[in-house]
Amino acid sequence: MAVDEAGPPAETGAGPEAATVQIGQGSGSAAALPVAPLPPGSEILAESGLANTVWTSRVDAVMGWARKFSLFQYPFVTACCGMEFMAVSGNHYDTDRFGAALPRFSPRQSDMLMVVGTIVHKQAPVLKTVYDQMCEPKWVVAVGACAVSGGFYQNYTSVPGCDKVIPVDVYIPGCPPRPETILDALIKLQEKIQGQRHPIF
Amino acid sequence: MSAGMPTEGSPTLPYTQGGEFVTVGEGLCIRRIYPEGEDSDLSARTMINIGPSHPAMHGTIRMVVELDGETIVGVDVIPGYLHRGFEKECEHHTYHQAIPYTDRLNYCSPLINNFGWVETVEKLFEVEATRRTQLIRTYMSEVSRITDHLTCLGAALMELGALTPFLYMIEVRDWLWEHIANVSGARLTQTYARVGGLARDVTDEWLDRCEHLYVEELIPKLRDVHGLVDHNRIFIDRMRGVGVISREDAVSYGVTGPVLRSTGVGLDVRKYAPYSAYGDVSFEVPIGKYGDNYDRYFVRMREMEESIRICRQLDPMIRATNGEPIVVDDARMTLPDKKEVYSNIEALMNHFKLIMEGPRPPKGEAYHAVEGANGELGFYLVSDGTGLPYKARCRPPSFVNMGAIHLMLLGSQVADIVPVFGQINMIGGECDR
Amino acid sequence: MSAVLSRVISGLGEAVLSHHDRLGDDTIVIEASHRLSASQWLMEDSELQFDMLMDSTAVDWIDEEPRFEIVDHFFSTRFQHRLRVKCRVDEDEARVPSLCSLYGSANWMERETYDMYGIEFDGHPDLRRILLYPEFKGFPLRKDYDKLEAHPLFEERYPGTRETDEVVHPGPRDLDAPK
Repeated sequence: MAVDEAGPPAETGAGPEAATVQIGQGSGSAAALPVAPLPPGSEILAESGLANTVWTSRVDAVMGWARKFSLFQYPFVTACCGMEFMAVSGNHYDTDRFGAALPRFSPRQSDMLMVVGTIVHKQAPVLKTVYDQMCEPKWVVAVGACAVSGGFYQNYTSVPGCDKVIPVDVYIPGCPPRPETILDALIKLQEKIQGQRHPIF
Repeated sequence: MSAGMPTEGSPTLPYTQGGEFVTVGEGLCIRRIYPEGEDSDLSARTMINIGPSHPAMHGTIRMVVELDGETIVGVDVIPGYLHRGFEKECEHHTYHQAIPYTDRLNYCSPLINNFGWVETVEKLFEVEATRRTQLIRTYMSEVSRITDHLTCLGAALMELGALTPFLYMIEVRDWLWEHIANVSGARLTQTYARVGGLARDVTDEWLDRCEHLYVEELIPKLRDVHGLVDHNRIFIDRMRGVGVISREDAVSYGVTGPVLRSTGVGLDVRKYAPYSAYGDVSFEVPIGKYGDNYDRYFVRMREMEESIRICRQLDPMIRATNGEPIVVDDARMTLPDKKEVYSNIEALMNHFKLIMEGPRPPKGEAYHAVEGANGELGFYLVSDGTGLPYKARCRPPSFVNMGAIHLMLLGSQVADIVPVFGQINMIGGECDR
Repeated sequence: MSAVLSRVISGLGEAVLSHHDRLGDDTIVIEASHRLSASQWLMEDSELQFDMLMDSTAVDWIDEEPRFEIVDHFFSTRFQHRLRVKCRVDEDEARVPSLCSLYGSANWMERETYDMYGIEFDGHPDLRRILLYPEFKGFPLRKDYDKLEAHPLFEERYPGTRETDEVVHPGPRDLDAPK
């Protein structure tokens, strides 16, 4: 049974690649099964002939692994960054590659709130309501300088950062951020989700 | 008062045109109509709230709609969910520093906003940009207009369920943005204009590549979109005869741009008051006939073709002015050459004053209008002689067009809100500023 | 002087307090109480036909008396000429006649002027705040309004992480660790 373990991927917030487990390369089984990035911490059960089908892991790791690849987003699009957000959804950048393509315009069905654009005081209660309506687990991404800190709008109407209203997991700088930055933030969020506790009971 | 002037009172048009104002509590005042042949049973009506965080409302508009069955019989439109204090910020920044704020007015076509602002400031200074600057500004305005129409139509078609045109148009828009970024440095918020000129010069290779993008990307994709939706039954059913506004109503409500032109009024600032180099190029102003959504779609598609035509006429003119200056030679607004700044005390002081205090136009007021992608984009500036504008007003086409949306909605179905709203092309940053 | 301006001056007579055409913009100044009647004449005159209210805003001249200046920009769709009409009102009696009965576009623009400057419009059918919210105190574009004075509608939270943000480090060693 060949398990490709590149050392314990534990200490430094392992990405999915570090713990990739290749199965089906042992003696006897010639055909290699599709290589899937198993959750970090997974182990192949080598005994009793179940080697190719059963693996063990921790519940948190499996839940994190499942959740990070099925992020249903709620685009709370208000301003200019929304144009770049459209570009990210378009052909050139394509968030579908990260399992985060489907915008859910009902907060109850989504688990990633993307705050795209300036939040002003008139809008802030709406944002709070939308966030409260989302079911756990939920994550928030602040896209663009205005959502992060208010940007260069410092006046009577702009909220200096949406984290004054709701908690934020990932901050994306830029005015507006380039699409690559948004994709990088998505990968960062996936790493964070993988490392979190996921209580299911 | 002269004899020809009427006295107060007896207004000619009733202000209840397009519905009667009814206050329904909690600060809501809807415009309500009573369809003919019905006994106006108010208890059968339903009030629903749409937005502001709703995909069809682009995140920044709230509508309270009164429904009779599925027919809209009352509507209150509440903007302001993206009011970022543009005018207050401008009053606290110099004329140069305010240029990035104008980027974020209509963020689908930032260059037109840039040029509108700096041309108004130049009007205050009573200077005229150089020939090459005017040509490049005209060229860039048209590229920007194309990206705006691509965004508007792509999003509007996606909201109707046609995802493929959205993907096509966003792809082309991305190519154009990256191409603008090659000369301005930013994809979306370009800040390309300067008072008295431009930030950077364009090259012949840039123009070659732009023409290449038109031929290889834009024109084929426009043809594909025409083929996909023009004769599509679902598309026609949802666009034709929906959101109709009459010519008189459109003029009374100050509607400009493609929405006005769809009603058959061929008004275009580029045509009747040519600014920059629009007087040197020939182009058509497409107009519609019925004033409905389908006409607006077609006006926008045709405008993109006209924009390509304008660009192609400008292309040899820009090449012919290669090497000419792109900024005016006027120390009141143009930064001196860096070499001068480091070797010459007058240039150093000039640089310092321009950066710290900004250009100081003489006292006065100026209104200058350019044809934005959604209509007349005007800037009204009042200068008190200092480096900060005393008053900076943007005449926003989206805001004024949105003020007439109840005329298009009352009496139609609730599902018609989506295409009507999409074809108005409300841009939050410009509508709410 | 342009033909438009001379026609306006001759037609409105002494209602025009002053006029100029600096920078190519034809401008007249009238009494605030004549705003509606003058606009109606401008709209109905056969040589002018200003049938579109292009823009309406105000300027706050805080050191002058009267303080506020209402600025309207008219446009004729037939002749494509423009006119700027200005009138002054005092801070204590900041009321002018509304143009809503003539122009549909006056509705939202006057609401915005009211929202930003606190100038009230007589005869406006629906005068309430438009860009800001009813809980907002004051009028932000007045020169004596502090730029940073906000009126939040939410309770500010201290930026930080949630309880569920605790990060664990998964791996084979964790599996063997004693509970």
